[in-house]
Amino acid sequence: MRNWRILLALLLALALAAAACAGDEDAGDPTAATDDAADDTDDADDADDAAEEDDDAALLEEDEQVGVEADSADLLGAGATFITPLMLEWIRDNEPGINVNYQSIGSGGGIEQFLSENVDFGSSEAFLDDEAMEEAREIRGCEPIHFVDAFGSVVVSYNDPDLDAALEAAGQDNLVLDAEAIAGVYNTDITTWDDPAIAELNPDVDLPGTNLIAVHRSDGSGTTNIFTQYLDDAAGNWDLGFGTEVDWAAGTIGGNGNEGVAAETQQQPGAVGYLSYAYAVENDIPVAAVVNEDGNPIEPTLASISAGPSEIIDDIPEDQRFAVLGVGGEGYPIVGAHWILAWECGYDDAVAQSMIDFFTWAVTEGDDLAEDLLYAPVTGAFEERVVDQINRINAAE
Amino acid sequence: MSATDTSTTKESLRGSGRARRADPIFRGLVLVAATSVLVVLAAMIIRTTLDAWPVFDAMGFWGFISGQQWSVGHSRSEVTGTYGAFPFIYGTLKISFFAILAAVPLAIGIALFINEIAPAWLKRPLASTVELLAMVPSVVYALVGIYFFRLYIWEPVGQFIASSPLGNLTFFGPPVLLSSYWSAANILAIMILPIITAICRESFAQVPRDEVNAAYAMGATRWEVMRKVIVPRSFSGIVGGTMLGLGRALGETIAIAFLIGASQRWAPQLFFGGDAMTSVIVNTFADAAPEAIWALLAIGVTLFLITTIVNVLARLIVYRVGQFSGDAAL
Repeated sequence: MRNWRILLALLLALALAAAACAGDEDAGDPTAATDDAADDTDDADDADDAAEEDDDAALLEEDEQVGVEADSADLLGAGATFITPLMLEWIRDNEPGINVNYQSIGSGGGIEQFLSENVDFGSSEAFLDDEAMEEAREIRGCEPIHFVDAFGSVVVSYNDPDLDAALEAAGQDNLVLDAEAIAGVYNTDITTWDDPAIAELNPDVDLPGTNLIAVHRSDGSGTTNIFTQYLDDAAGNWDLGFGTEVDWAAGTIGGNGNEGVAAETQQQPGAVGYLSYAYAVENDIPVAAVVNEDGNPIEPTLASISAGPSEIIDDIPEDQRFAVLGVGGEGYPIVGAHWILAWECGYDDAVAQSMIDFFTWAVTEGDDLAEDLLYAPVTGAFEERVVDQINRINAAE
Repeated sequence: MSATDTSTTKESLRGSGRARRADPIFRGLVLVAATSVLVVLAAMIIRTTLDAWPVFDAMGFWGFISGQQWSVGHSRSEVTGTYGAFPFIYGTLKISFFAILAAVPLAIGIALFINEIAPAWLKRPLASTVELLAMVPSVVYALVGIYFFRLYIWEPVGQFIASSPLGNLTFFGPPVLLSSYWSAANILAIMILPIITAICRESFAQVPRDEVNAAYAMGATRWEVMRKVIVPRSFSGIVGGTMLGLGRALGETIAIAFLIGASQRWAPQLFFGGDAMTSVIVNTFADAAPEAIWALLAIGVTLFLITTIVNVLARLIVYRVGQFSGDAAL
């Protein structure tokens, strides 16, 4: 009985000591933990041991942070899900051998984490607007840097066996849509395939009267940003604006992530969804050819999605904040850039060096990986400009 | 002699002086344990309400819960968007109501069958099967719902209802979507079934056997005994189980986020997609700017208020019924 009580008291003391240490560690003062533990001399030795271990762990962490010993550091990044498949390949194969922890939380989250300085780099398909740039300068006291690491495209996919049959009968590979028709579906103005606006674009096809359901992203998303930015630019009947989240019309439904929209589009007859190109290919969902600025209906392929960005490459401004709009020729029109966000100052040297090494490798050597996954890599003269931007990381003091 | 006896007994009961110190320590420990719940709860309420305050302030509490427009802003310091949580409140209440409507009769049926009708060899396996349902993680329900139930059961049943005369009512009218209030309510019904069943069984088992046997002795049939003795006697248990189920239904997140359609809009039909309070939080918080986080917290506060109101109402029902019938009177 008495032994049991003593044991309980010891356990309690141990727990209290451990709790005290944990609390101090949070406060970022590792020495306090030692003091506390030293005060508890009447406790069992275990308590002291535990405290010392905690203490060591805290010191070790601090070493890693200031990078005194290592000249390359692990990187922490967060942002777009759009780029995740490619980013994971880059991380796995990168030759500088840098450890990157990439959290795929969405573009909005990436910007948020970047501006709250929780991560080394952010990643997004939407660039910081002027207001956000101003805020960012105040936060860190220097310029945030944008640089493009790849271009991607958004495809309009659909699910309707009747339509597939009709297309096959007409000998047409893809349904043809233009910006107005896509906007119409998402406005719920167009409710069936045989709407005149769609019939006009597909004169040879006997379009079925299936009821359409527009599927959009329910989470904030860079894919949404590229898609709505295109509609905002190209469709006169689009009045919902653009952004990572817009106020979708009533009568549409949402899916969580590209996966969610893909699942919804594959299962719901009459569904029309927009997806990052790779997801449509992966899930083998039919996609529409989209009429571009020059009036050509273009099917998304690696060549056609690269055509758009290369058309405007010379007009990209110095700070690389731009949108890929008004694509003509042989270019697929719904394309967008993916940006990495970094700071011009305030990194530890090792972190800055690792970031420069990793991203320089990714944009110069990682092109094949990008193409495998159906992203258009940055190439040629633009690649040099991207590398210049990368080298600005931590360049300001 | 007797006096000495008493004192010895007392002595042995009270233990030594050293051991008596354990008493206040133990009391202190238990007190800490008990208050920690209150402290945690209070901290959560105060913190979320404070964080959500700018949104309530900008929209007005009534404006927030009745507004139909949810457009998030991207500011880090002030409220610039429009935050009306009606579509989410409506969706949560709608699917929870239908889930309860489906699950309670089913749970009572299962509980009666297991307790009163099933042969002994079937009781245990059946009871543990129902309890097994409670152990399935909700994300698994979500996936099974997406790839199986809604395709082969809910949607066809929905189509059947929508094409029957009932479909002339807007509420049951077409179109029937895969992601809908209907799908969400159905998955909720399955998820809350185990808890309601367990509590119903518990309270049915506590009906005094004498009363049941007396009813049989007076010539009541099984059906009459169940309907007139067991179920009325367990009313407060059924209400309690229902409320626990409702609590889970109101708070369920992942399965709902996957199945409700997450459109941030509301629709009058049952078979159309909408949104719910938990689902909008889980869908949008990762991407939210600070002001949108406040708005999501405001939804959290509202959800807490709703659960509190539901619980108070449940207590009132149980109390009223107890007053009328009296626990022993039945």
